[in-house]
Amino acid sequence: MLRILHDTKFDFIRLWRITTAVTIAFIIPGIVLIGLKGYNYSIEFTGGTAMQVKFKTAPDAGLLRKTIDAAGIRNAEISQFGSAEKYLIRVQDERQIAELARGAETVADKLETALKTKYGADGYTVESTYAVGPKVGGELRQKAFYAILLSFLVTLIYLAWRFEWRFGVAAVIATAHDILATLAFIKYTNLEVSLIVVGGILTMIGYSLNDTIIIFDRVRENLHKVKREPLYDTLNRSVNETLPRSILTHATVFATLLALTMLGGEVLRPFALVMLFGVVTGTFSSIYVAPPILLWIEYKYPRAVGDTGGVGVKPMRQMDMHQSGEKPKISPAGR
Amino acid sequence: MSAIRSRLIWIGFLVALSAYTLFPRNVTIRIPDRNTGAMRDTVLRHIPLKLGLDLQGGMYIALEVDETKGVVVNKSEAIDRALTVVRNRIDQFGVAEPVVQKVGSDRIVVELPGESDRQRAEDLVRSSAFLQFQITDKTQALERVMPRLDQIIRERGPALGAAPAGKGADSAGKGALGLFTTPADTGKGAKGKDGKPAADTGFLASSGGAFSKLVQPGQMPGEYIVAIADVPTMQRYLDDAAVQAALPPGKAVHWGVSDDTPGVPPTFTRLYVVDSRPIITGEYLTDAKPGNDPIEGNKVDFTLNNEGGRRFKEETSRHVGDYMAIVLDDRVMGQPPVIQSAIGTRGQITMRSSPLQKVQDLALVLRAGALPVPLKVVESSTIGPSLGSDSIKDGMRAGIAGVLLVIMIMITYYRLSGVLAVTALVLYILWTLALLAGLDAVLTLPGLAGLVLSVGIAVDANVLIFERIREELVHGKSVRVAIDDGFTHAMSAIIDSNVSTALTALVLFWVGTGPVRGFAATLLAGIAASMMSAIFVVRTFYLIWLSRTKGTQTLSI
Repeated sequence: MLRILHDTKFDFIRLWRITTAVTIAFIIPGIVLIGLKGYNYSIEFTGGTAMQVKFKTAPDAGLLRKTIDAAGIRNAEISQFGSAEKYLIRVQDERQIAELARGAETVADKLETALKTKYGADGYTVESTYAVGPKVGGELRQKAFYAILLSFLVTLIYLAWRFEWRFGVAAVIATAHDILATLAFIKYTNLEVSLIVVGGILTMIGYSLNDTIIIFDRVRENLHKVKREPLYDTLNRSVNETLPRSILTHATVFATLLALTMLGGEVLRPFALVMLFGVVTGTFSSIYVAPPILLWIEYKYPRAVGDTGGVGVKPMRQMDMHQSGEKPKISPAGR
Repeated sequence: MSAIRSRLIWIGFLVALSAYTLFPRNVTIRIPDRNTGAMRDTVLRHIPLKLGLDLQGGMYIALEVDETKGVVVNKSEAIDRALTVVRNRIDQFGVAEPVVQKVGSDRIVVELPGESDRQRAEDLVRSSAFLQFQITDKTQALERVMPRLDQIIRERGPALGAAPAGKGADSAGKGALGLFTTPADTGKGAKGKDGKPAADTGFLASSGGAFSKLVQPGQMPGEYIVAIADVPTMQRYLDDAAVQAALPPGKAVHWGVSDDTPGVPPTFTRLYVVDSRPIITGEYLTDAKPGNDPIEGNKVDFTLNNEGGRRFKEETSRHVGDYMAIVLDDRVMGQPPVIQSAIGTRGQITMRSSPLQKVQDLALVLRAGALPVPLKVVESSTIGPSLGSDSIKDGMRAGIAGVLLVIMIMITYYRLSGVLAVTALVLYILWTLALLAGLDAVLTLPGLAGLVLSVGIAVDANVLIFERIREELVHGKSVRVAIDDGFTHAMSAIIDSNVSTALTALVLFWVGTGPVRGFAATLLAGIAASMMSAIFVVRTFYLIWLSRTKGTQTLSI
């Protein structure tokens, strides 16, 4: 039997100070950066035109830029897309969006006319065109925001029903941490925030919750099984017991995501990258965020003795008494 | 033993059903021929799992009511009426399996699989096809208000974004258009081809005003010529409220369609002043056909119904000798012909050198009817067929690599049990695809990513179960009991984690459009299929293995 990290007895929760510091050091600068500079939103959200063009022979980027400028298209962003012959031209100019809304000659039409004059009808093929007005873009942004919020609420309700509120809150805080960390990650890597990236964030939410739930499920079971054990130890034991599963599942998911990142093409890469990071932060949070938070909630709001609903943890005073006689390191700030 | 048999029968049944669902078959559909418009049977090799536009190539257009020319009170109702017309046009367009539907209360979504001529399709759905016949003005109404217009523009100069007089207007016009014409062209334009300035109306002779210097009289009353470079400036003037108020009452101003000779960029455009009351509109039109005339070139022949014919005859007999502009969507088509005698139920719109396809499309939209409200394109996306097939190739490559890695990991770690899980994985993929096909879901590029990712996630259930079995074995339970308990104890974790993933997938499905929705559908189908394969199928495999190797005390896990 091949076993990885079998029957381990790591004291994961003891490290909570260090891990909290690490994750805060990662998240805060990212959030500040977002606040200062904002995101690089995709055309879908801002409105505008994106055109993917494949040239017969690799064009000179400067010349291409000049051609587009000469056509009276301002603020065009021109970037190589995959190979030397493929270019992505994006136009997010406010005035052009207004013109588009008026139903004037579209930016896409102008672009095509310019390209046809310069490179000839056979010199290039338009692989894809995407044009969206500001109204639809705004709607999408709003919808994406609500989606994240709603998925949050729905899972909170489900967890509160399946476990009890303390677990639900801990899991949701862990997930909120994952979202913040992922948002910071997107900022650091300067990924363009598109619909597919939002899809990645939502998938990541599901995945990371999944991971937390597996550990909490074990905590719930252990609380029933072993009565006289401090929650601190129960949490540690549960994380240790589920460790082989975590390693293996993360390995398989990581493998498929790596395949997607490297072979899945330009369109899917941002999604795969967000998810790759999601696997890392999801694993981190289900070990270092969710259990300590659960412990802290239990400390702040201990359940009544004899409370049969939920998981039946020991009263607080006993929980304080750590097995080795040492006090748990969890305490609210300022005490 | 019988438990195993009934389990196997179930699995066999589901596999057979899935295979049947996914089996390609030939379907005969009737679509109109692109060129003749006649209906004909087309046999399609129909693969039940529909590919999204991003994988097979095609167009997506979202339309909304255009309110720039007037507020529409009941948008939902207007969209309903417009929907019928758009659907009519698309049906005649000749695309296999088009989608035309209302989304929300104020949007029409058109999907045209396999179509990649963006401009043509957009024009086809967007053109209002509002046809009217108007008599050109012969009272020199524009000339009479010209001094007033010049004065307004002089006063409002800065507000109109042009220098008060002289060269300013010129350069502003050119700037907005993008330098296609040089000043030399502008000069030529005014007398190019048959648009020779007739200069018979003394009023205009180089009066030098900002407005009047942009227009030259044309060949007939009510016709004016504007150089291409000045068109944007002119349009800005005409859009201005003060200018509009000063235009002659009872008259309307329309641009002509620029007369393009293939290969030569047009140098001028015509502007027409016509009586704003149409003598007849397109609502009386019963048929329109593309045609060709040796002298007039390409044209559209149309037929009016009896009532329309009667009216038309009456009106035209009153206007013999006048010029009649054929106005489609506020643009004058061709040069207005002179009315030689009363016209009955038949007429034609000459298109000269316009390509045949344009003529066919015009006949099509005239037949399908005018849009009750003007529409504008709010979102459009076009994916070329090559990009779609490239995406499939990339997705498949990533998928195969990902699955191979998962298989390697599982078999290395769990040995025989890993082999069982991997076998179940094959069934998992088959069932997921069949579920997608059965639900009429669409496989998109993100969906493909979801499928690849879900393979990684699908084995999670097996990992949970196997780890449990290992724990039970460590606790000293017999193989049979360990397997039973392993499945039972892992169940709550599996269910909770899958339900929470399903919930987020549902949210994604609700929020997403097109590709992202496809991703959510794939995720949902994947969860359902993985429950079945990871739990039911693997359990069955174990049962078979246990019954074959009675008394075995070791399990390869």
